Amino acid sequence: MIKAVNTLSLILFLLFLTACTEGALNNPYVVDEGMNKVIYSSFSERPKHLDPARAYSSNEYAIIAQVYEPLFQYHYLKRPYQLEPLLAKFMPSVHYYDVKGELLEQSASDKDIAFSEYNIEIKAGTKFQPHPSFTLPLHKELPAIWDGKSLYDLPMATRELTADDFIYQIKRLADPATQSPIAGLMANYIVGFSEYSSKQSALSKQFPALRKTQRLQSERMQGLKKIDDTHFTIRIKGKYPQFINWLAMPFFAPMPWEADEFYANPVLVKKNMTLDWFPVGTGPYFLHENNPNRRMVLVKNPNFHADVYPYEADENMRQQGLLVDAGKTLPLTDKVIFSLEKESIPYWNKFLQGYYDVSGISSDSFDQAVSFSAGGDVGLTDDMVERGIGLQTAVTTSSYYLGFNMLDEVIGGYSDKAKKLRQAISIVVDYEEYISIFQNGRGVVAQSIIPPGIFGHITGEEGVNRIVYEENDSLVRRSADEAAELLTEAGYSHGIDPQTGQPLVLYFDTMDSGPDSKARLNWLRKQFNKLNIKLVIRGTDYNRFQEKMRNGSAQMFMWGWNADYPDPENFLFLLYGKNAKAVYGGENAANYQNAQFDALFEQMSTMENTPKRQEIIKDMLVITQQDVPWLWGFHPKAFSLHHAWYKNSYPNLMANNKTKYINVDAELRKAYQAKWNKPVFWPLVFVLFLLACLVLPAYLIYRRIERAKAL
Amino acid sequence: MINYIIRRLLYVLPVLLGVNILTFVLFFVVNTPDDMARMQLGDKHVSQAAVDNWKQQRGYDLPLLWNDGALGFEQASKTIFFKKSMSLFAFDLGISDNGRDIVADISQRMWPSLAIAIPSLIFGVLTNITFALLLIFYRSTFLEFGGLFICIALMSISGLFYIIAGQYFIGKLLALTPISGYAPGLDAFRFIILPVLIGVVGGLGSGVRWYRTLFLEESAKDYVRTAKAKGLSDLQVLFKHVLKNAMIPILTGIVVILPLLFMGSLITESFFGIPGLGSYTIDAISSQDFAIVRSMVFLGSFLYIIGLLLTDISYTLVDPRVRLD
Amino acid sequence: MLTLLWTDIAVFALVFGSALAAWKTSKKEHAARPWKKVFESKVGVVSLTVLLVFILIGVLDSTRIQQNKELASGERSDYTETLSLLDIMLTPLRVNTEKTYSEPFAHTLYAKEMTVNESGDTQWIYPRLVYGGAHLFQPVEERGGDILAKVFKGLSYGLLTWLVLMLMLLFITKASCYLKKPSGIRVCSLTLLAIFLILGALSALAPYYHILGTDKVGEDVLYQAVKSIRTGLVIGVLTTIVMLPIAITLGLMAGFFRGWVDDVIQYLYTTLSSIPGVLLIAAAILMAQVYMANNPELFTTIEDRADMRLLLLCMILGVTSWTGLCRLLRAETLKIREMDYVLSARALGVGQVQILKRHVLPNVMHLVVITMVLDFSGLVLAEAVLSYINIGVDPSTYSWGNMINTSRLEMAREPIVWWSLTAAFIFMFTLVLAANLFADVVRDAFDPRFNK
Repeated sequence: MIKAVNTLSLILFLLFLTACTEGALNNPYVVDEGMNKVIYSSFSERPKHLDPARAYSSNEYAIIAQVYEPLFQYHYLKRPYQLEPLLAKFMPSVHYYDVKGELLEQSASDKDIAFSEYNIEIKAGTKFQPHPSFTLPLHKELPAIWDGKSLYDLPMATRELTADDFIYQIKRLADPATQSPIAGLMANYIVGFSEYSSKQSALSKQFPALRKTQRLQSERMQGLKKIDDTHFTIRIKGKYPQFINWLAMPFFAPMPWEADEFYANPVLVKKNMTLDWFPVGTGPYFLHENNPNRRMVLVKNPNFHADVYPYEADENMRQQGLLVDAGKTLPLTDKVIFSLEKESIPYWNKFLQGYYDVSGISSDSFDQAVSFSAGGDVGLTDDMVERGIGLQTAVTTSSYYLGFNMLDEVIGGYSDKAKKLRQAISIVVDYEEYISIFQNGRGVVAQSIIPPGIFGHITGEEGVNRIVYEENDSLVRRSADEAAELLTEAGYSHGIDPQTGQPLVLYFDTMDSGPDSKARLNWLRKQFNKLNIKLVIRGTDYNRFQEKMRNGSAQMFMWGWNADYPDPENFLFLLYGKNAKAVYGGENAANYQNAQFDALFEQMSTMENTPKRQEIIKDMLVITQQDVPWLWGFHPKAFSLHHAWYKNSYPNLMANNKTKYINVDAELRKAYQAKWNKPVFWPLVFVLFLLACLVLPAYLIYRRIERAKAL
Repeated sequence: MINYIIRRLLYVLPVLLGVNILTFVLFFVVNTPDDMARMQLGDKHVSQAAVDNWKQQRGYDLPLLWNDGALGFEQASKTIFFKKSMSLFAFDLGISDNGRDIVADISQRMWPSLAIAIPSLIFGVLTNITFALLLIFYRSTFLEFGGLFICIALMSISGLFYIIAGQYFIGKLLALTPISGYAPGLDAFRFIILPVLIGVVGGLGSGVRWYRTLFLEESAKDYVRTAKAKGLSDLQVLFKHVLKNAMIPILTGIVVILPLLFMGSLITESFFGIPGLGSYTIDAISSQDFAIVRSMVFLGSFLYIIGLLLTDISYTLVDPRVRLD
Repeated sequence: MLTLLWTDIAVFALVFGSALAAWKTSKKEHAARPWKKVFESKVGVVSLTVLLVFILIGVLDSTRIQQNKELASGERSDYTETLSLLDIMLTPLRVNTEKTYSEPFAHTLYAKEMTVNESGDTQWIYPRLVYGGAHLFQPVEERGGDILAKVFKGLSYGLLTWLVLMLMLLFITKASCYLKKPSGIRVCSLTLLAIFLILGALSALAPYYHILGTDKVGEDVLYQAVKSIRTGLVIGVLTTIVMLPIAITLGLMAGFFRGWVDDVIQYLYTTLSSIPGVLLIAAAILMAQVYMANNPELFTTIEDRADMRLLLLCMILGVTSWTGLCRLLRAETLKIREMDYVLSARALGVGQVQILKRHVLPNVMHLVVITMVLDFSGLVLAEAVLSYINIGVDPSTYSWGNMINTSRLEMAREPIVWWSLTAAFIFMFTLVLAANLFADVVRDAFDPRFNK
């Protein structure tokens, strides 16, 4: 028995050794990519949707934005962010029409404009990726010899992109069966969208057997018009300059009708092969392997249209080596491998071992990676520099705020007293400290709702929120005494609620339950304690939290907003009265309603980025700073690390198709990986030695027992 | 015998029905179909119309357990419970709430789970038995007391410590195995070696003690004394006779857990990033995917009962004296 | 003013209950016999002493007093806070919080920070701690000697207290008693000596150093670990209390009455045990959250909410874990009901309830005791795993599970923050090891198979 175990373990040990002769022992990748240009990335949870009509989160965009291409894209290097044509040939020409359908002058006033029409021309000769859906016989029947493992084993073909594909995708957005998250929003803008939508739902009820492609193509959407194969127009209600930003999102990427038809096959559905999982696009890569339980692989699209690395950049970027590849054909890499990595610790460790190319910095790995120079500048630690790792920082275009429910009886309302209570709180909640403790200083305290980098953000002295900061020193928060004074004026002398004679009790609703949350919530309680206000934390789960927000029964909450597109409208609408969540079901979670603000908002939202617009926005910001519907919170700073072999990386918070610009030095990577992953065997030997030491006394006792028996 | 098996199999039905009802009630006490729809649709720009649309598409727009609006049998059948949970009895697991075929997912995810569970079980049992026999051999020497103390000490360490320490020392400091990850086929070897090692060590304490009690009982029997009297050495007696006779409880103990191996281990899988069934269930719970939760619970309880049945049968097979009535 | 949470009431009820049970058992010769065996075993006495110390800490932590909070300004003192006796005893540990991580016995923070020195220059240095090692002028040179001196002082105080206590005991009881029956009491007093020495050293060091370092927000890790004892005990013990009545009643009924009662009970436990426990627990915790969200007026403080969650966790763990014991008791009862004495009692016309109470229950009690002590350690360990998947105790509750959970992130830091994990490990290991060793001794004493 023992012998068997011993031989077995010996065999295993040998197997173990042989298994590791090639490459490092701890290499998590099985296939040796050799000198191929491969990007190693990860995903932490299975993306829910890869259908561009449905996907709406960053982890989904990380994949589909490389596969699908919309009409426009954000220039990779230019700042401020600027749109440029991608599948379109030019930027669109926009024409305005009045109620009767008469063409108006370009300078017509907003009131007169009833419709705007976007005239779009696409580049001719763009082809879709090779895909079996373009092999039309496969729509009828799949070959019997196909083993069902990979779609790409089927006969593949391609087709040229036409205007119909764009129109078909917009129809898909409107189809109730698609469940597109922006269907509701687009119904407000695109002419005929909601009519089309209800027609489709009626059709599918009436003829359940009707094929989806037939159903969608049988009806016209009023606002869409195909002129020829490369021209089409979209007509929207009123004037909505931000519409062009929507056209740059994957929602409006072209979709061939063949794809829908092909994936309708029940055999494929049974194998989880659907359009929601296996995209068909025109982009620089196509999704070659999709195993959401383990890894997803993007491979260079052989049919990719002509696209080159940009030339335009400022001197600073040139020095950073961002123009080395200028003019080269995109994409610069052959393959992108996304591996499933749920936990942050293994991710970080693997990054340090060189098995992932980029990494964010969690607050726990911060000290290891980042140090501050004597002047207070951010830099990398010596260890990181020695490893050749690079650091990039950028203030994100997002806001993390603490909202007050303006419908609440205690904290909400627009009376002087309620305002003063909120102002007092906004002074004592020290977000500088929050950023330094919980974000390791990675963030900027928000002075208003608009983050830096977005039009309307006011920099410097002028933009400082005077409610919170001293009149003469923009860096100094008003004192707690001043806050206490405001609180007294609000009717809560020393924080005592006159009705109960006890300290004022406020409620904070949160769905935060991670390991870090306890410290965060304790910190928040401490802030309110400065005013002798008792903060009660009401922890709930996601659903209950959402429900409270919908009913408007929460009192205070922390939330964040990520910009969809770089326009102030995308932030200010979070406070627009007609978006009040509890009243109209919009995104205004604080339920803030101020007639003056709303009027300015309506005026501002249709304007171009002019100084006039800036003036209006400034007025709006001052109004909100006075009313304090939010504690403005902070705009996080994104820090990201990348290895020496990972080139051309540059923070661009709007573009999500950045992968095609990345270049990789495979040779350098190999060298580093070999250097960092030398296995250490001596402890293993040591453990074996210890075990051997144990055998000696065991043997001695064995001898004694046997001898005792013999006697 | 055949009668007994058939009767026990029929007994499975009410148990599964109970399990189904309990899962259903537990799930919908805390979630509503609206919640599920919002969970699936995401955060931004979700309107009530979109929620209703989702429910209608997925068939969650029916009453939960009882339909007052319908007639006759339809009062019970036109409900979410009947439509969703009763089809499980035909092993039609259906499509998950995010639109994937559950059977396809399970058949893909069961292999990694088994790849961890089976080696852990085999090596675990082998080492446990070996150490248990050695402990008995060295009875009343300091080796036994030391060994027993180590066993209790091993039992007193939370499984989380083994995983954290294992990943830290073997994966990170010594760079001997990948820290986490998985690959199918033969490549899996490198990835499962650490989880299996941790599984074996983590189960050593309680395992050795369990087998030791078993062998102690066995070695107190008369035939052992006879064998020793015949002049066989202690080692021979232990490893030949005692082990052989203790095979029955060992085997039956293993049989009962065999079907459950398939369900995977929750903690190990999520720590090591192994795409198995353990993490499948917990992900489904946290993303409120009722379709997966009910399927996995159903499957789990089914396997559990099969395990119980197999134990009973294995008793009769290894020991003809036991008769099932 | 004394205030009580629900689990506090349960803890006290439990302590009094077990004291009562112990007193009653000691009166009965046959029931006390196995326990005598336990007290004769050295391991048994040592582990029991350690367990009792843990329980004492738990009880101290459950005695809550509401008092007016002291503020620097003095005038706002009508704001009340609730502290347990343990909190008050550990005041220096509780109050002396630093800014963020610091190593055990450190005098500086663990990470460099931007600071401005007296001359107004900014520096990138390790800042001094506010409390830890703050009494040292030349920390690097002085620290070693200072620690040694403090340890020595603490040890001698520990020894002194122990001597006084022993003398008092000798005085109250009779010296002869101590000499006559040496083994149990002597081992106990030696264990106490060790504990007193450790406590002495710790209490001498604690006001000056963070013995186990500080965590991310600068809270003393030793304090957290000590506070977690109560959570561990409550989960281990309260769950058993929930489980026992169900398991005993149903198990005995199933085995004794057989027929349809047996069928129903068997059906019940097969169904329940075939559902994965994680699901039941997750559902229960979510339900509790929904209930608390709907009734915010019942749970005004964070302590109330956390306590309710702890209580509920114990209950649901009890509901999921009674099946094993129930199965065991049913099988045993099946055997016992065929025994001669039961048959004769039945022939004499004794009522069924009486038979169950008089003849069956006492004969399965050893199984109950063994299961109870064995389950305890398992439950303490289970808490850690549940906290890991966020369905354990409330994140604001001090518990070893929560400590391990946060330390996962700390393990990835470089240089590694090891002390939270180590502290949780040491405390948990000590408690569970003591419980396991005690369980072992109890099992040997009670199990008839080992009574040869």
